[in-house]
Amino acid sequence: MILDDFFWRALLAGAGVALAAGPLGCFVVWRRMAYFGDTMAHSSLLGVALGFLLGIDLMLGVFAVVLVVALLLFAFQQQRQLAGDAVLGTLSHASLALGVLVISLMPWVRVDLMSYLFGDILAVTVEDLLWIYGGGVVALGVLLWIWRPLLAVTVDEALAQAEGIPAMRLQLLFMLLIAGLIALALKIVGILLVTSLLIIPATAARRYSRTPEQMAVGAALVGVVSVGLGLTTSLHFDTPSGPSIVVAAVIFFLFSVVPLPRSS
Amino acid sequence: MLDSVDRTLLQASGISMRLGRLQLLEQVSLSVSEGEIVTVIGPNGAGKTTLLRILLGLLPASSGCVVKCPRLQVGYLPQHLTVDPVLPLSVTRMMTLTAAHPRKQIQSALEETGVAHLINEPVQGLSGGEFQRMMLARTLLGNPELLVLDEPVQGVDYMGEAKLYELIGRIRDRHGCGVLMVSHDLHVVMASTDRVVCLNRHVCCEGQPEEVSLHPEYLRLFGLESGTTLAVYTHHHDHTHHLSGAVHPEHHHTETGSGGQP
Repeated sequence: MILDDFFWRALLAGAGVALAAGPLGCFVVWRRMAYFGDTMAHSSLLGVALGFLLGIDLMLGVFAVVLVVALLLFAFQQQRQLAGDAVLGTLSHASLALGVLVISLMPWVRVDLMSYLFGDILAVTVEDLLWIYGGGVVALGVLLWIWRPLLAVTVDEALAQAEGIPAMRLQLLFMLLIAGLIALALKIVGILLVTSLLIIPATAARRYSRTPEQMAVGAALVGVVSVGLGLTTSLHFDTPSGPSIVVAAVIFFLFSVVPLPRSS
Repeated sequence: MLDSVDRTLLQASGISMRLGRLQLLEQVSLSVSEGEIVTVIGPNGAGKTTLLRILLGLLPASSGCVVKCPRLQVGYLPQHLTVDPVLPLSVTRMMTLTAAHPRKQIQSALEETGVAHLINEPVQGLSGGEFQRMMLARTLLGNPELLVLDEPVQGVDYMGEAKLYELIGRIRDRHGCGVLMVSHDLHVVMASTDRVVCLNRHVCCEGQPEEVSLHPEYLRLFGLESGTTLAVYTHHHDHTHHLSGAVHPEHHHTETGSGGQP
């Protein structure tokens, strides 16, 4: 069976995450939340650590911690007393350092830090696949459901609110989705590269899109093809798979920014 | 006050707003009636946008109350709206951002503001004036009884400013809606406004544009910063009685003279 082969499992897992990351990543880019996403991703190591400490599922630990960090960030954004990027930077590195610290304080846990930092897609299990596709379908379903109002909030929060859209609730829901995606994508590209799956395919798809929906679909496609290319490269040249996927996506991005002779 | 026969659409009384130790608004009262154009003018940081947001129900006031007509349909044009180039958005899409509308209706709203030819263009390609006209068309889609326009002429050149204010006047005439707008200066808006509220955290003075322009509080806020502003202003004042809204080349100096906000 196809799922018995680690390469196909990796490919399916990567494609699943990329399909969900594309449209969600578009919103991250549109809402200028790239660094925000990075901060959430960095905090996931603390989630891994807490997962080990409490003996709960690591994905659940990551999801919980990322969500708490996201809510903290959101609260900070609302009060506007401290500069946004300073808060992001502080939380981002505080949670990463704290994560490494907590893991090092548990000598009984043998953790391959590298596999969390850069992903371990070749170790994906069938259970992981179920999580990714189950979670991915839910995430995309919710996104589809809130698509129009979330887009309106993205264009202008005050305008959307004045026209009866619950901006606050939508933004919280969106952060829930991003937290979920980060938890799912952790194994694929790792903590340090998770945001790249959100941002790079979306940015690469921008040039060829005339509507937000085209960009979302384009981003999903770029993501899936990048996973395929990256994994194939990884298999043939024995390169680390997570970074190979990211580099493949970056190549798409470069193609999209290089001026073409017949650009519209 | 004068035309009490018209229905009052919105009535705010004693609005105060504190943020920490900062008093943003103090005891502001204001009303807008059907078919009336009310312009709020004031220097930067006077609380104009805060006031609009409170009136729209986007911000809770620290004290005071806002009474609106039941089921009042409001069309809102927010301040400083720019669409990031990374978001591909056409004019049609912008028009249907929060609710779907039939294409015919979108077309006729854009026609009314004179930008129907841009219906399929990406919004990032629009000039400042075209963008504001599109946003104005957006406010018309819900058959509004009240238009709330926050700096409707921002990013518009001087000639365009007068035309846009004329357009707002025509929209009021055609739809019979009330208009509450924020403007940075009185000069251009004068011809097309019925009532001016001069705001600097509290209501400094209020009345018809001619009255307000001579009011000592208004002159203190806008006039005494530079003597030239006052001089040119008087000149402009002479003309508004003869030509409503017609733009004279000299007025360009008025704009540059008074453009520097305090």
